[in-house]
Amino acid sequence: MTWGLVLGLALGAYAFKFTGLVVIGSRQLPAPVERCLGLVPAALLTALVVKDTFSSGDALVLDARAAGVLVAVIAAWRRAPFVVVVIFAAATTAAIRQLS
Amino acid sequence: MATALTGADRRTVLLASLALGVAVGVFGVVFGVGAVSAGGSVAQACVMSLLVFTGASQFSVVSVVASGGSTGAALGGAMLLAARNTVYALALSRVVTGSLLQRLVAAHLTIDESTAMATAQPGAPAKRYAFWVTGATVFVCWNVATLIGALAGSAIDPERYGLDAAFPAGFVAMVAPHLRHRQGLAAGAVAAVICLTLIPFTPVGVPILCAAAAVLIGVLRSDDPTELQPMAGALDAEIAAGGNSFLGPNQRDERDLGSAL
Repeated sequence: MTWGLVLGLALGAYAFKFTGLVVIGSRQLPAPVERCLGLVPAALLTALVVKDTFSSGDALVLDARAAGVLVAVIAAWRRAPFVVVVIFAAATTAAIRQLS
Repeated sequence: MATALTGADRRTVLLASLALGVAVGVFGVVFGVGAVSAGGSVAQACVMSLLVFTGASQFSVVSVVASGGSTGAALGGAMLLAARNTVYALALSRVVTGSLLQRLVAAHLTIDESTAMATAQPGAPAKRYAFWVTGATVFVCWNVATLIGALAGSAIDPERYGLDAAFPAGFVAMVAPHLRHRQGLAAGAVAAVICLTLIPFTPVGVPILCAAAAVLIGVLRSDDPTELQPMAGALDAEIAAGGNSFLGPNQRDERDLGSAL
């Protein structure tokens, strides 16, 4: 991790917030643009889940993480609080590693 | 709608924001541990939480860096995730008014939690109060927790405690509300397929960036724009009842945000 990355992201993240609150204010963006922006978390977070669960470097793998994430998916689907989702997943993965 | 704020209103908001703060704190500790395990220093973890202050982006940086991705790939994915704060800030600009300095500070505190708490309140004064209280509470909790996690980080073996699964699990919890409507689910599914397909063939981090192309599904007209509204109502009730879901804020469609404010 580099300082350039940390500070670059800080600048960029603030620029997005600043743009919305101070620059554009209450002006409306075109509806298709707003819909695409609204889908960013769905697309990116799902991709991150897939990557963190099934990859190690550039290899696709299936290990104890998958069981933990499966538990997380079930818990999240049943609307468990965030903390519960994370703790169940970590505990499941840790337990499988202990046993194997 | 110009509802005066009573003491009871303030207490309700304070309690809900404290509950959110505790949940965010747990996540902050996980972030601190992860940032240090990914090769960051304690100072880098803390500066990131202080200055970036948007959890999903910070986690995505750590996730990409931990698996050996380039700085560009880490930054690109994180910036795409940070872009949604523009939409939140746009919606908030109608209630968070004041001097330029106040709005500059407000911009920094514009995140999922503060936006959701603000939109859950009935009138403009209550929205403004909830925004500032929640923003400040979450800011303090997130940063203190990051420091604790970063200091503990080097002493903890992430795999032993399953913390490598805690990351994707955290993302699962964050993304779940976004997948409860059809377009979100479609975007998530396309992104997952793109990502899995590219992992063996492209440098680390690139699959995440390419997966972002799935948002172009949004160009299509949403076939049923009302399908999310019951969700948003349920979320408001949940937050009013104590906000036990750190991730609840994501449950609202950004277009709802605009109209709710």
